[in-house]
Amino acid sequence: MPSLIKALAGTALPHAHHPWPRRIVDVETWSALGGQLAEGRWTLAGLWGDAGAVHMALYDIGRDETDRSEMAVATLPCPTGQFPSIARHHAPAHRLERTISDLFGLEPVSAPDNRPWLDHGRWCVRHPLGTPTESSDQGSPYAFLTAEGEGLHQIAVGPVHAGIIEPGHFRFTANGETVVRLEERFGYAHKGVESLMAGASFERAAHFAARISGDSTVAYSISYSRAVEAALGIEVPVRAHWLRALMAELERIANHLGDIGSVCNDAAFALMHAHTGVLREHVLRQSNNCFGHRLMMDKVVPGGVTADLDRSGEDGVRALLPMIRKAFSQLVELYDETSSLQDRTVGTGTLSHTLALQYGCGGYVGRASGRSFDARRNLAYPPYDALRFDVPLFNEGDVNARVWVRIREVEQSLGLIDQIMAEMPPGEISVAVAQAKETREGMALVEGFRGDILCWLRLDPTGIIERCHLRDPSWFQWPVLEAAIEGNIVADFPLCNKSFNCSYSGHDL
Amino acid sequence: MRKLLFENLIRSPLTEGVPDPDRSMLAELATSLGRVARENLGRSLSIREIDAGSCNGCELEIHALSNAFYDIERFGLRFVASPRHADVLLVTGPVTRNMREALERTYNATPAPKWVVAVGDCASDGGCFAGSYAVVGGVSAVVPVDLHLAGCPPSPETLLKGLLALIEHSTHSFRSP
Repeated sequence: MPSLIKALAGTALPHAHHPWPRRIVDVETWSALGGQLAEGRWTLAGLWGDAGAVHMALYDIGRDETDRSEMAVATLPCPTGQFPSIARHHAPAHRLERTISDLFGLEPVSAPDNRPWLDHGRWCVRHPLGTPTESSDQGSPYAFLTAEGEGLHQIAVGPVHAGIIEPGHFRFTANGETVVRLEERFGYAHKGVESLMAGASFERAAHFAARISGDSTVAYSISYSRAVEAALGIEVPVRAHWLRALMAELERIANHLGDIGSVCNDAAFALMHAHTGVLREHVLRQSNNCFGHRLMMDKVVPGGVTADLDRSGEDGVRALLPMIRKAFSQLVELYDETSSLQDRTVGTGTLSHTLALQYGCGGYVGRASGRSFDARRNLAYPPYDALRFDVPLFNEGDVNARVWVRIREVEQSLGLIDQIMAEMPPGEISVAVAQAKETREGMALVEGFRGDILCWLRLDPTGIIERCHLRDPSWFQWPVLEAAIEGNIVADFPLCNKSFNCSYSGHDL
Repeated sequence: MRKLLFENLIRSPLTEGVPDPDRSMLAELATSLGRVARENLGRSLSIREIDAGSCNGCELEIHALSNAFYDIERFGLRFVASPRHADVLLVTGPVTRNMREALERTYNATPAPKWVVAVGDCASDGGCFAGSYAVVGGVSAVVPVDLHLAGCPPSPETLLKGLLALIEHSTHSFRSP
């Protein structure tokens, strides 16, 4: 990948970093990369703090659908505790920089928005991952952005919502029923996971990785495990790759089924919700039958997987596929032919192609707005490099398009499971993970149901996590929900929000 | 849609009697439910769910309670949108420092008599997140808890069993306002 590496033009590291390169850059190069992000040359994959440094992961999305992406990490040492703001050039970096400032106390110079983000002034400590200092636990008021005009009113929603949902706050400014501005405020689910991971053994830290976002536990565990394996140079048995993919596709199907039903439910079409709920339950029960846990938590670990598929599991999966196919096709027909439902989903909450590209929106959010990226294809990892599947793409960018991407992805995942069941090789399912006796770094980008999950970590010579950062796809989806809702009516917000279904816990960490 | 509706008219329901492992206990609880709940609560309990910082895993299984297999509403248990309408607060997650006040205020907004059920290992004592600068601990560190349901996440059967047990329990020990 000459172009991206040439752009980084920094010095190499004293220790190994796999599978993509990391370069230490100077202030000029760092700022130049910000400008190139703004021009659309690269996509921002992550921006996170470390002890006395900031890291930025970038990739080149590729010229067309067959082109593979290139990825690299740029690191800027911050001896003075400051770094040039990327958000000044490139808006998607806003919340990431505010988080670096909250957690590490590193200051993004000339950042357009210097309000705290995850820190609500209630932790009794400031900069918990940098140089911690004690602080009060009183909470600090938050200055919401303003919207001015005649007849505008505000609606405050959350952090405790009306449904069974994670905590977050939405501040609407509305003119009558029409949303003029939506501003999100998050951090309520912040558990300090990255501070808990630091200092833990990589085996122990896997437990946290599986609990970043419960709905994506398999994808997170794969991302984390692949990063550990990349760092330590571990080759996991082939069968483990295939079992991971089986779990990942079961997870994808279960979540998409749940989402399709929930979107319809928020459009007052409970029939769909009831039926997809039944199918989802079948998938979870089969997952439990195969791997011993309904969400398949802690089944993927560094070195492989902890549960093999036995005869009963194989039979169960083989019976599940035709059952879902038959029932699902009827539901798709129902969705397609119910005009009262289409009336709510078509043309609602439109996300532009431009914004989807700029923010590098992963998953169905990007793919419903014409952004063709899927980590399983663009940065293919085993066994997906040996499997045949399409990446469904829609251009309308509305709620309806996000539903259709999910529908098509359920079908693709069923096809993938067909192939996995037919071609999965026998053999071992895990391998012992040996320490490297030196500092190592690794990273991974794995496609969860919601989009690409980035994991970056550094292990010390004894296998202890020095720093682990996990970036949820929601970081690049939540901000554009604010744009997609503009001009829609307040009553359509639940519908729009459900069609995005971003993670609160994955974002808040 | 007609076809789908018609098929479901002639098909037997998916809803299961009671989860296998605790069939006898559940049957017993279900039988006593009618008498006990009617006396005290007009045969229903309204539940307000609060995520105080969970990973969303518990929420997924709480959602599952409403699907056709578990059909929680047949027991007179239903989820409501406001703590003002609730008898039971179903709280998940380790309570984060950023959610502490919201949890307290939601608890205070719930009229007595009320019960608090802490769902999942995190809600019990903070789980694997205990000790973090951002976490207060289990739910009982912030509001009084009547029942803990263990699991990561607890299965829908566990949740159902616990909620049915709560109805039984609620008749014997009314929490003072």
